[in-house]
Amino acid sequence: MASIVSYGSYIPRYRIKAEEIARIWGENPDNIKNGLMVYSKSVPAPDEDVLTISTEAARNAINRWGKENRKKIGAIYVGSESHPYAVKPTASILVESLGLDYNIMAADYEFACKAGTAAIQNVIGLVDSDMIEYGMAIGADTSQGAPGDALEYSASAGGTAFIIGKKGIADINKTYSFTTDTPDFWRREGEKYPSHGGRFTGEPAYFKHILTAAKKMMELMNTKPEDYDYAVFHQPNGKFPTRAAKMLGFKDSQIEEGLMTPYIGNTYSNSMMIGLSAILDKAEPGDRILAVAFGSGAGSDAFDITVNDSIKSFNRNSAPTVRKQLENPIWIDYAYYVKFRKKIIMRGD
Amino acid sequence: MSDVPRFWRESNHRYRLVGTKCNNCGSTFFPPRDVCPKCRRESIGKMEELEFSGYGEVYSYTVVHDGLEPFKFQLPYILAMIKTDEGPLVTGQIVDADPSEVKIGSRVRVTLRRIREEGKTGIIQYGYKFILEK
Ligand SMILES: [Zn+2]
Repeated sequence: MASIVSYGSYIPRYRIKAEEIARIWGENPDNIKNGLMVYSKSVPAPDEDVLTISTEAARNAINRWGKENRKKIGAIYVGSESHPYAVKPTASILVESLGLDYNIMAADYEFACKAGTAAIQNVIGLVDSDMIEYGMAIGADTSQGAPGDALEYSASAGGTAFIIGKKGIADINKTYSFTTDTPDFWRREGEKYPSHGGRFTGEPAYFKHILTAAKKMMELMNTKPEDYDYAVFHQPNGKFPTRAAKMLGFKDSQIEEGLMTPYIGNTYSNSMMIGLSAILDKAEPGDRILAVAFGSGAGSDAFDITVNDSIKSFNRNSAPTVRKQLENPIWIDYAYYVKFRKKIIMRGD
Repeated sequence: MSDVPRFWRESNHRYRLVGTKCNNCGSTFFPPRDVCPKCRRESIGKMEELEFSGYGEVYSYTVVHDGLEPFKFQLPYILAMIKTDEGPLVTGQIVDADPSEVKIGSRVRVTLRRIREEGKTGIIQYGYKFILEK
């Protein structure tokens, strides 16, 4: 059975508050904070992108595992909707930036916010079929919301990397996916900002897919919400996963640990993955986790995971935890934000 | 002239601080050297690649307010000489920090960032920069 061997996350240090974005657009910040449950979000520095964020997250995962092991990685897949190049894989640059062996399978994946979990599933398949001993799956994004759009309060940046092999710290008991053609959110080639179907993004997209995948997983595993110590769902904002959890019968105490979007924003391909990473920062042997990602377009990937005894001897402290990375941010105002995100029209643009 | 070939040849030392070590006298070098300047001929065949740990401390630094065009979005930026734990001094930017946070002797670790891009259609060059250890 495939198992999470190591993991690591990265959140940019720059952050902006919901109040500051609301100030510019004349909106009531309480509506955002109470309505969307988004208080602040991460902002990538001008010299950060999905490659640099993936590198940091992956180096954290490698440091916890032991640098000497990294040449054993036989596949690397990177899920994102903001790869630095339209053509030229992020994955191949990572092979060099991480010092991996050149005898490696590598590719970039796309599926809105669940490209990273699609990468995990592919690595699970390769490990279970003995095609590779270890593989790395990364979800990372530097997502953009159009200025003044509701998405601007949440679209943010971050990354998480999982190393998967046969014997690890958290066994992946099962994975299940549910996929339909749903036009809730999209971005055409060459367009800078995404478009979305407004209210259409809720019920027929997010909730339908998350709830179906979660219910089906519990049916397949013969489990109930109370059998899980933790649950983590894709987090376009804080409100959606909180409501989905309630609809499924989970308590707030089961989702608190993995609910990161209120503080760092929606990190897209990293959104559920960093929640899982935050749970693993805390988890103890025997803890059971239900993790469900969602990607617009649309689909959900569900994972049933049990933490095992190996987590006791695992070097969690060899990399900063997710919550450690929430500390000590550099707060920026909207003017710096538009400069950092290159929303200023320069000569020659 | 495009920098693509030169940059590509140097990518491992720019991405991961890969230098060299002389196995005759133990000296370490960054950027990598083919021959040890102390041992000269005796070092031939004894030079090996060494991936630096990425840790070090601020040896000296300056705050740049009037930088080149590629750095316009990062001004003011901190340019520092880092005394690596392995020994060699490496010059690089300290990012994600306010100049008031940086002191001589501050502990830093390496990170990978965009260095420059060749216009909107060219290659993106990545390389090492440093962040303060907390
Ligand atoms: Zn020598």
